[in-house]
Order: sequence, then structure tokens, then C-alpha cells
Amino acid sequence: MIYLDNAATTLHKPDQVIEAVVEAMRSLGNSDRGLSSGSLKASRTLYEARLKISELLGCPRADHVIFSQNSTEALNTAINGTIFSKDHVITTDLEHNSVLRPLYRLKKEKEVELSFVPADSKGNLSLESFEELIKPNTKAIICNHASNLTGNIVDLSKISTIARRHGLIFIVDVSQTAGCIPINMEEIGADIICFTGHKGLMGPQGTGGMCVREGIDIKPLKVGGTGVKSYSNTQPVEYPTRLEAGTLNSHGIVGLSAAIDFIQSTGINIISQKETRLMNSFYKGVKDIKGIEIYGDFSLPKRVAIVALNIHDYDSAVVSDVLSDKYKIATRPGAHCAPRMHKALGTENRGAVRFSFSWFNSDEDVNRAVQAVKEIAS
Amino acid sequence: MIEKSLKLIITFPTTTAAIAMEKICLSNKLPGRLIPLPREIDSGCGMAWCSSPEKSKELEQIAKEEGIEISGIYQLFI
Repeated sequence: MIYLDNAATTLHKPDQVIEAVVEAMRSLGNSDRGLSSGSLKASRTLYEARLKISELLGCPRADHVIFSQNSTEALNTAINGTIFSKDHVITTDLEHNSVLRPLYRLKKEKEVELSFVPADSKGNLSLESFEELIKPNTKAIICNHASNLTGNIVDLSKISTIARRHGLIFIVDVSQTAGCIPINMEEIGADIICFTGHKGLMGPQGTGGMCVREGIDIKPLKVGGTGVKSYSNTQPVEYPTRLEAGTLNSHGIVGLSAAIDFIQSTGINIISQKETRLMNSFYKGVKDIKGIEIYGDFSLPKRVAIVALNIHDYDSAVVSDVLSDKYKIATRPGAHCAPRMHKALGTENRGAVRFSFSWFNSDEDVNRAVQAVKEIAS
Repeated sequence: MIEKSLKLIITFPTTTAAIAMEKICLSNKLPGRLIPLPREIDSGCGMAWCSSPEKSKELEQIAKEEGIEISGIYQLFI
């Protein structure tokens, strides 16, 4: 099987990730719960993982790296912990349902006001629109770093400048970019970045988290056991404990830590260049085939390795099924949890077939995918 | 029987800070080890850095330099 659904999850992980998880499952106790050797080993390895993530993502403080199950949990924590009744939020058409649904619920239950920066037919945002939408009660800007549908990367520095100028919290979803391109949250100017461990970072599912700038106050989504201050009726206020109630997925986080070692030893720029080359090779191979419609802006200087397309008027679900069944190529059809993006692209009814590439794909994978698309379109 | 002696106990707001202290002390060859938080300080779980009383200033200084937040420094017979 040729796996080209890496924007959903990277199926192929570095061997050291698998080995690290197996070893962790044989040796780790519960972190921050006492000082037996197993517990201490868990606490130490989690701390090492925080250090590695802070270095990879440019978070100034390792203790402001907070672990969660995935981006969705991190985004729910960030959104519900900073946005309250009758606040106003500016977000965009590029967002995933992990941002949209928490916001829609706040709108319904807490009278939170929402404004959306629209995407054009290429999937690009009008960056000037962010400032035009600011109101007296605007609390935050929430923006995707890269669309999971088009692969377009957003120039966040311009948006963060606007957020800083108006004293707004700037929350960034880096689900599609972490591990795929260099990220520095300080250079971006983000107050909170939310990441998942199982996509570009090549770690296990069930890992992810957020990096929080010093001074940003997030009300916990969950409260509970922390291993410290057990007689206090309230959750400790200090990060990361504040946002990490309950036993963490230490086994998974050890795998994520090993994945980051792999990324750092390989080189994030080397990974980015290979994935970009594979994407461009596929794009060039299919763009002139009769009956192919490709979404997104391939003139952008930086993109993540995603090509979404449709063939003639075929349902994307049918095309993806043929790719899987006949050609043994895994892709993702449908709406990709990005309903507003599909509306902007005009693909609401049939979705799109998404091809997404990783470090573990080859030129041969691309050639076979191009050939399959040609045959389906012929 | 457990024999008691005078010890320096440094506490932290989070276990993450305690682990950070351990890492810094090990890399700088400063004596001590992590222990469960003694009940004389707080009975609510957690961990503390235990060392010799004469190392108090040195440990406090390195924590400050490394940005590790300390909750309290104690000398206890434990």
C-alpha cells in the first residue's frame, strides 16, 4: 500500500518511536506520583520531552509546554480557557472543526460573537481583513498555520502584529505544520500554539499539546489529580500542572520525544525540502491532465505537502475508493472537517481527494499516484 | 529505625520545576536528590530537592540563574 494520507496521520513512524514506546511500556510508572524509580523515570522523561518540544517549536519555557491528547483537546483548552461570555473572536475560513465547533458552542451558550476572515477561491486569506473586523470586545484571533485541505501556509507574522497592536490573544493551530516546517512561536508572535503529535511530528496518536507564552492566563478545561497540593480544593495555578489534570499519556509522549529526536537528527529543513519536492512532483504530474481540478495556491513560497483535487465531476469518495481498491493508494476523500474551506472553494457537495506526503514517501510513490490519477481521468 | 539528620529541603511550585532542578544539579555536580515532600512542609504530595544545609546559597543561586522557581527553602531534621 502506498500511504498518501499523512495530513490525517503519519502511518509510517521512525523505528525508534516504536522502540521507545515499547521500552516505556515496560519501565515507566506514573509521572509526578511519588518518587519510586518508575515514577521518577516517567517524570524525567516527560521533562526531557518538554525541553525538546520547547526547542523545536521555539517556546521560551519548557514548563509552558503542556501535554494533551491531540490538537483538538489543546484547542478546546485554549479556546474555552481564554474566551468568555460576550467576547468577540476573529477567526478564518481555513479552520478545522477543532476550532469551529468549540467557537460555535461558545456562540450558542455564552453569546460569544464570531467574525470570519474569508478565504478566496485559491484558499488565501485577506490579511488586511483581520484589523477591519476588530471590535471593542474582541478578545482573540484564532488562525490556522496551514489549511489541512489546500496546504496553503498563512503568513502569521502580519496577523500577530495586528493582534499585538490591539492587545488580542493570538492562538495558532499548527496541526499541519509542526514537524513539517521550522516553527518558532516567538518569531511568529503567537501567544498559544496548539499541536498534535501524530501527524508531521511522526509520534504516536494520543499525543499533542500546546505552548503558552508567559503571562497568558488559561482557565483549565479539566481539573483533578496532579500529584501535588492534594489537599487543596482547587487546581494548582502553575503551568504545566494547571492544565494537566489526570495521568498523562507518558508512553505516547516518550514516543513523541523519540520522534522529535529523529526530526532533529534528520534536520527539519531536510524533511521540509523532501516533502515539498514530492508534493511539487505530484502537482506537476497531474495539473495538466484533462478533467483535473486542483485546489490551493501553488504559487506561494511555502506550502505543506498537500494536493487536494477532483477528477471530472466524480464524487471524491468514489475516486478515493478506486485509488484504494484498485491502485492500493491511501488518500482522504470528503470534507476533511473543514466545512468553511470547502464552501470557499466551491467543493461543498463532492469534497475533494487529498494526497498528502511525508518523509517516508518516495519518488516511486509519487509516480504511481500520478499514473493512477491519469488512468482514472482518462 | 530511621536516623534523622539536618537536611536542606527546597520545594517547588510544580514537579516539572523539581525535575528541572535535578537536571541542573546533576549537570553541575551539585549534591542532593529528589525526595517526597516531607509532611513538616506540606502533606499534599509532591517532590522536593534534598541536600546539605551548607549548599543553600549555591543551590538558590543556580536555580535563579536557570529560571527555576522555588517555593521555599527549609532546614529540617528528617
